[in-house]
Amino acid sequence: METVNITINNIQLEVPKSTTILQAARMINIEIPTLCHMKLEDFCIENKPAGCRICMVDVKGRRNLVPSCVTECTEGMVIETSSPRIINARRTVLELILSDHPFECLICPKNGKCDLQSLAQELGVREIRYTGEQSTYRMDTSQAIIRNPDKCIMCRRCELMCNTVQTCGVLSAVNRGFMSVVAPAFEQNLDHSPCTYCGQCVAVCPTAALTEVDQTSKLIQALADPDKVVVVQTAPAVRVTLGEEFGMKPGTIVTGKMVTALKRLGFDYVFDTDFAADLTIMEEGTELLNRLTKYLNGDKSVNLPILTSCCPAWVNFFEKNFPDLIDIPSTAKSPQQMFGAIAKNYFAKQLNIPREKLVVVSVMPCVAKKYEAQREEFRVNNDPDVNISITTRELATLIKQTVQDFNSLPESDFDRPLGESTGAGAIFGTTGGVIEAAVRTAYELYTKKPLPKIEFEELRGMDWIRKATVDFDGLKLNIGIAHGLGNARKLLEEIQAGKSEFHAIEIMACPGGCIGGGGQPQHHGKSEIIRARQKAIYEEDRRLPLRKSHENPYITKLYEEYLGHPMSELSHELLHTEYFQKQPEIIIEND
Amino acid sequence: MAKITSLDDLRKIKKNLEEQISLREKAENPESLVQIKVGMATSGIAAGAKEIFTFLVDELEKRNIPAIVTQTGDMGYSYAEPTVEVKLPGQEPVVFGWVTKEKADEIIEKYIRNGELVEGIIPQNYKTIDDK
Amino acid sequence: MGTYKYHILVCGGTGCKSSQSTQIVQNLNEEIKANNLENFVKVVTTGCFGFCERGPIVKVLPDNSFYNYVKPEDATEIINEHIIKGRRVERLLFRDPVTNKPVTDSKHINFYQKQLRIVLRNCGVIDPENIEEYIARDGYLALYKCLNELTPTEVIDIIKRSGLRGRGGAGFPTGVKWEIAAASPGPEKYVVCNADEGDPGAFMDRSVLEGDPHSVLEAMAICGYAIGASHGLIYIRAEYPMAIKRLKIAIKQAEEYGLLGKNIFGTDFSFDIELRYGAGAFVCGEETALIHSMEGNRGEPTVKPPYPAVSGYKGKPTNVNNVETFANISPIIIKGPEWFASIGTEKSKGTKVFALAGKINNVGLIEVPMGITLREIIYEIGGGIKNDKKFKAIQTGGPSGGCLTEKHLDTPIEYETLVAAGSMMGSGGMIVMDEDDCMVSVAKFYLDFTVEESCGKCAPCRIGNKRLSEILDKITKGNGTMEDIELLKNLCMVIKDTALCGLGQTSPNPVQSTLENFWDEYVEHIVDKKCRANKCKDLIHYYIDPENCTGCMACARKCPVNAIAGERKQVHVINQDLCTKCGTCLETCKFNAVYII
Repeated sequence: METVNITINNIQLEVPKSTTILQAARMINIEIPTLCHMKLEDFCIENKPAGCRICMVDVKGRRNLVPSCVTECTEGMVIETSSPRIINARRTVLELILSDHPFECLICPKNGKCDLQSLAQELGVREIRYTGEQSTYRMDTSQAIIRNPDKCIMCRRCELMCNTVQTCGVLSAVNRGFMSVVAPAFEQNLDHSPCTYCGQCVAVCPTAALTEVDQTSKLIQALADPDKVVVVQTAPAVRVTLGEEFGMKPGTIVTGKMVTALKRLGFDYVFDTDFAADLTIMEEGTELLNRLTKYLNGDKSVNLPILTSCCPAWVNFFEKNFPDLIDIPSTAKSPQQMFGAIAKNYFAKQLNIPREKLVVVSVMPCVAKKYEAQREEFRVNNDPDVNISITTRELATLIKQTVQDFNSLPESDFDRPLGESTGAGAIFGTTGGVIEAAVRTAYELYTKKPLPKIEFEELRGMDWIRKATVDFDGLKLNIGIAHGLGNARKLLEEIQAGKSEFHAIEIMACPGGCIGGGGQPQHHGKSEIIRARQKAIYEEDRRLPLRKSHENPYITKLYEEYLGHPMSELSHELLHTEYFQKQPEIIIEND
Repeated sequence: MAKITSLDDLRKIKKNLEEQISLREKAENPESLVQIKVGMATSGIAAGAKEIFTFLVDELEKRNIPAIVTQTGDMGYSYAEPTVEVKLPGQEPVVFGWVTKEKADEIIEKYIRNGELVEGIIPQNYKTIDDK
Repeated sequence: MGTYKYHILVCGGTGCKSSQSTQIVQNLNEEIKANNLENFVKVVTTGCFGFCERGPIVKVLPDNSFYNYVKPEDATEIINEHIIKGRRVERLLFRDPVTNKPVTDSKHINFYQKQLRIVLRNCGVIDPENIEEYIARDGYLALYKCLNELTPTEVIDIIKRSGLRGRGGAGFPTGVKWEIAAASPGPEKYVVCNADEGDPGAFMDRSVLEGDPHSVLEAMAICGYAIGASHGLIYIRAEYPMAIKRLKIAIKQAEEYGLLGKNIFGTDFSFDIELRYGAGAFVCGEETALIHSMEGNRGEPTVKPPYPAVSGYKGKPTNVNNVETFANISPIIIKGPEWFASIGTEKSKGTKVFALAGKINNVGLIEVPMGITLREIIYEIGGGIKNDKKFKAIQTGGPSGGCLTEKHLDTPIEYETLVAAGSMMGSGGMIVMDEDDCMVSVAKFYLDFTVEESCGKCAPCRIGNKRLSEILDKITKGNGTMEDIELLKNLCMVIKDTALCGLGQTSPNPVQSTLENFWDEYVEHIVDKKCRANKCKDLIHYYIDPENCTGCMACARKCPVNAIAGERKQVHVINQDLCTKCGTCLETCKFNAVYII
């Protein structure tokens, strides 16, 4: 490998060619503060517009300071990272950024977790000498995401996620100069844009310019209402990340503590979305086998590949971007909505209460789930199947109000009957997990033989697009996996072009799947955190005694007592849905 | 339009327009050229100045003498019409009176080409209109 | 074709067109027809003569009569008097601003005397919509020479030896730029002409494109040959409709004549040129922003390196040069690098086109040899300061240049000397200020332009320039403190040090140079709450001198806010609470009774 010799703060070192000054400095433990820069190493995502001008350093021979995040080391470069000139420049620039930022840290949703706040602390800014007009914009509250552009610092991270990674093209810089801000085209609302509510913008926003719609107040009111029975379901990816909010190591599994905390919060029943995930496998797996059998029998009306439909941002994505393909995804509802439908129909009946009295709450790693819960088709007489959907972060906020020390909480089990689940449900939280769970069940249903090996290593990993062929006792099933909507787009375009080689494709909108969801604790650009979460998901799977959805006794019972069999008429009514062509409409707001 | 493929093609176009363009180029740098003014006020025209003007323009061109021929107003020598003022580069202007075609021919051949004096010069006691 | 005895050149530049020069051409042609002079007189619409303030301009050849402020109805007189009777129309002749005497021909107009036209060689001489006129002036000969007699390396060598430097402002050696692009590997490369002229009041590029579009096309093809590119793109702002029209005509004609397109002059070399339109963002003149804009992205600069010569349009090696730079290429090839290098100074060769404006008698476009002094430009070409006022400053280099003063008047104009003096060459704007200009307000004026035109990408430019402007505003309103000056100084320094692109890195220049050269004025505004130029409304008050006031009521009647009280024959008084300081009373009073404190 070609290398170059450089000097940083009088320390000589040799670095590979095309190493940036920032990287080189970090190699020798020299800290250069950054703000807009963000690098998700494992995903090859790097945001370096060099716009914040905080990471400036002095390169000998250059007239001006240079941004270390983009400037590559060249042979003989002499770099200074902390001279008075640099420190003054950094502080002055930070003061400028702060001078155009609302001073409402005390009630800001990002208070304590804000990169800008931390940087101000780090650089010791105690006064803002440059004060003046602040740029103000219209707030935009959608069903899932709130844009508060006043707090945008033009780091452009969301723009990178929305355009390059997710290829949704919703957020980009608009206007000029002092009034420039990141917003949808014509500064229209997210609701009128092709936004999928994947929440990756929220996941990377350093400030509170992009946040989820907070539903904790609404939830507390429901819990406080004596006339309501409040049940909660927790998504598979929440139990492996919630601990991070309480200072635990990424990848710590906190299932039992989480259940205890939820019970202390006052939920009447603490259930598990994993149960609904098992149910999803029964429906989706059966649908796959049905379609496959028809296809193999030469039925030309059958559409293959079948696409998973658990991810709400992904559903929004194809409804808005690929209206011609809406017949291809599985009609199975997502686990959140299957749970809601079962709770409001089956469980309410068991409790002998009307569905309106039952409040279904979901804790999700996701902001798109908030939107999904509000979809028209998921409500009966205007009563939604899922009343309130909160994120992992919102749950942590609530727990902090009631539990002194989360780490020392005892562990509890989920309630029955909707709390029992298998390892197949648990792995729904990572990319590759849904299709692996489906294969475990579909294999045994199709071949009528037990699986020789339960873990499908070939379906796991973090590569953006993965392909594997699974041998169903002679039937070679081609499986595709994509995470990140930009990668999903590639597979969809193959389908459109009639070039797809797959029988089934799993798609998750977020990098890494739900473990990297928009509702998760902030990773602050550290992709090793997402990797640790993935490891924990598979650990949770191994920990469970049952690891195939069709072996879940409560699922069997549910079919026996209530649904009949997968894809039954009642299943169709409660557990399946349809998709709609949604072309974004351009509405220019006049304000 | 046939495509230009050679230097000759370029030169041909240049030559076709040479005359027009040289008129403008000369105007850019009048001091280095012979400047001729023909008095063309009413009395001059009546005395045949227009013919003299055309004759001078055509003949100078034919004889390949770079010169600027312009009209000017009454020079104040009505008795001597048609009058022609000739200014050779670096010299004072000279005015000829009673110019006929023959005289004009003589002016071209003798005065302009060879700098020989020709009869008919009106003694100079004025400034050209341009200097007023 | 008949031999025309007279050519009437009518300026078809944007300035003159908007003052009805098209109508003048039409009327002239009608008159010519009416007098049966069709074979005798030819009317030619040309590019800009540069003396736009005096437009529309009509020049009659061969006697070079220079008519200014011509109206369409003057056509009759021009034909009847000048052409038929041979008498110049004296009232339309240019008058020397100093002597007030009419000047007969353009050669004797001071405005033109010191000029040396290389870039503008064809502007105002040829019909820009006729390729043959360009060819008749040795057009496309340089391209022929390059393709048939020179290797690409030799072409680059000639440009390098000529000493030509980028005319967009930064002054990077053009030959070196070409050399880097030529050395970048790859079969797909691009030649880009930066025609995104954005400085307020600057129109040199527009004039070249309108008056001599082929000079740019030919140079782009030469550049393509030199660096190994076969595609050219001209990034031009959509607000230049006439330049766009002329370019389109020129490209079409060049293609028809085989001077653009496949196998030019029968060689292996092919080159085509396309237009790309900009939406009028100043920052898109910065080459990386320009490239992003051409790619269909937001016009924002990115950090260099990588330079466009290595990774530019669509990630391919791209050579970006300014219009004026390109317009120099053909003469250099034909007349040789030594000829070009003999003009100008040691480090800055050739000529530079400047747009001269402000408080000066001769406003317009001038092309002068490098090394000329500001004094020569202001007092000889520019004809001195208007109304015999005192010269105060000249702002060069566009909105992010600096203000130079009396002490810089004899500095020869070069890239380096201007930077050393605290300004820059920029694209060549020159705005002259006199004693009536308040330098704090001037600094604020320029800064407000960069605040408006900042792309918003980097924080120092987006927010810093806004804060600079706000502090200046505070000072001009009389609310400034001496501490504000320290804040200004620090902020100027940090913005220059940290901004992402040339726009931000130079935007504090007007503030820094006025702080340096007009410190007293800042202090006066802050400490004495006074504006010596009486420009800052918050620092001045209008009063009526009872000694001089005759009680004529004229000012009271004209006052738009009824702030002046007083009966007829009684002394008037201005109510300071109501007065908006519009100055109408001062203009109205015939008795010198209104004064400013």
